[in-house]
Amino acid sequence: MHETSVKALSRAWTTNEPLVSISDLRVWFPVASGVMQRTIGHVHAVDGVDLEIKAGETLGLVGESGCGKSTLGRAVTRLLEPTGGTVRFKGEDITHIRGGHLRALRREMAMIFQDPYASLDPRQTVGDIIGEPIDVHRLAKGKERQDRIRELLRVVGMNPRYADRYPHEFSGGQRQRIGIARALAVEPTFIVCDEPISALDVSIQAQIINLLENLQSKFKLTYLFIAHDLSVVKHISNRIAVMYLGKVMEVAPASQLYRRPRHPYTGSLMSAIPIPDPAIELRRERFILQGDVASPVNPPSGCRFRTRCPRAREHCAEETPPLEAFGSDQWAACFYPLD
Amino acid sequence: MTQPLLEVRDLHTVFSTKEGTVKAVDGVSFDLTPGETLGIVGESGCGKSVTALSVMRLQRPGKIVSGKVMFKGQDLTKLSEYEMREIRGREIAMIFQDPMTSLNPVFQVGWQVGEPTRLHHGWGAKKALASAVNMLSRVGIPSAESRANDYPHQFSGGMRQRAMIAMGLTTTPQVLIADEPTTALDVTIQAQILDLLRHVNREFGTATILITHNLGVVAGMCERIIVMYAGKVVESGPTKDVFAHPTHPYTWSLLRSIPRLDAEKHEPLKPIEGVPPNLADLPTGCAFHPRCVFRVDRCTRDVPALLRVGESQLAACWVTQAGGELTGA
Repeated sequence: MHETSVKALSRAWTTNEPLVSISDLRVWFPVASGVMQRTIGHVHAVDGVDLEIKAGETLGLVGESGCGKSTLGRAVTRLLEPTGGTVRFKGEDITHIRGGHLRALRREMAMIFQDPYASLDPRQTVGDIIGEPIDVHRLAKGKERQDRIRELLRVVGMNPRYADRYPHEFSGGQRQRIGIARALAVEPTFIVCDEPISALDVSIQAQIINLLENLQSKFKLTYLFIAHDLSVVKHISNRIAVMYLGKVMEVAPASQLYRRPRHPYTGSLMSAIPIPDPAIELRRERFILQGDVASPVNPPSGCRFRTRCPRAREHCAEETPPLEAFGSDQWAACFYPLD
Repeated sequence: MTQPLLEVRDLHTVFSTKEGTVKAVDGVSFDLTPGETLGIVGESGCGKSVTALSVMRLQRPGKIVSGKVMFKGQDLTKLSEYEMREIRGREIAMIFQDPMTSLNPVFQVGWQVGEPTRLHHGWGAKKALASAVNMLSRVGIPSAESRANDYPHQFSGGMRQRAMIAMGLTTTPQVLIADEPTTALDVTIQAQILDLLRHVNREFGTATILITHNLGVVAGMCERIIVMYAGKVVESGPTKDVFAHPTHPYTWSLLRSIPRLDAEKHEPLKPIEGVPPNLADLPTGCAFHPRCVFRVDRCTRDVPALLRVGESQLAACWVTQAGGELTGA
């Protein structure tokens, strides 16, 4: 069983089946209190998420802080073990795999993190940072390893001679390139990008976005792109999933989500994003949401968005709306959707 | 022509660092007219925050080495610390990016919001608290009377920023300086706070300086903007003109490099190559020239002054000052 699973992971994925399929995924964190540190409740970080990621696409994942988008990314890459539900990768159930099987999975998936200052070990050279995954998975040794490191640096647009330098010698944008080179070292098929440009200067962000897009077409990568900046997510994604308090509220192709959002939360999120054009800003209609996001420890009954929703009625508190299809490729979880 | 409320003239603020003297603010000039909202945009390290802090005389450990900040006929850079305290908080208020670290965790919110009136107007605790409650409800804190007894940790990020704004407004200042007031907040909360700032500007007639790196935010908020790069103003003018016809290559390139939510079809972004310069080791001539696609020989030698280009804008660029157009693929 073990043998076949490992083989299954490393075969190419050419079918029309989704590369990643997530069903009823739950990740709860215990909340401890008192001298005995007894568990008094749970943070429902991810609470019943169904999503599919197709091979070769970029699925954007947006939502406000605390909505569970990073937790979802970590559960999918198995940096966290889910509390419930399943994650399938290339058809294999990877929800609770361990040992050699999990190590094999780590060759297929990589992660790019937000903070290029905190995610690189300051005492390692750039070459060793990029070489570490190569060593762990015994992909190359000696000269071959060095060549591979230099090639990876070239691929992310850096001088191969930088392999002997240390992270502090580089700017934020260059460090993020190093982080990307490290992610590519295992030749993954699937990369979770968790806010990869949020910490970068405005004038550097476009360089990294373009690099990620180029790498995707060059290496046929599949991305889960997590970010709170909807303009960036819309630019880079084929489809976008909108999360709120641990649940997916809407999934749709990127342009459709902007043109015709169905969930009231998506609608207000869109209208809250400033557009860098004074003429448009002047005549834009704004739907400003009242209040704050509710607590994920005691999420509201029924629809979690109802406490801030201008369209909420009694029914919304009694029952949780399921994701329902609007046309062939749009889903929204709302009893009273936008037209 | 209305008399400016605040006139900043050729302001220079420097910091001493291991790498030498850094000119964080290098000859910045601008006017703020009563009731207007002025945007200062730029990337981290461009000097936008230090400019604001220098106006408030809070630039330490930096040092204002020359220039004037004229407010109501007096030069703020010449005032004693004691005199400055009379202005700060009473006539010019400032709100910061991170509302968690700007509120004291051990005092109740209502007490802190009332502090400026106790300090500047000599009001008693009761009167100050009443005005604080009133102001908290005007900035949209629900059940302000009971929430005034809360401590900052009991407030959410958006509510803390509202409380900071309330604190700034209790003395009805003429100028409100907001330094990245929404950067730490989620977008729906950002929309609430920006709406509040627009409302404050209309209702109180407070002139606002909004400092941000977000071009979308200034587009929706400010009548005029100044764009900063490496300690200098590189372009200024009415927001609609600067966005429609940028006259400095930095502004031009920046606007093309950011993705827009309303983009019809997917086109690759056009990034600005290179990185923002190290202030301790600036390039010669125009600081933007190593990244500029329009540069001519002169840009590498001489520093351009901020001069009129076109009808309403000022730009510090040799190319556009000579009549050059900023166009390209």
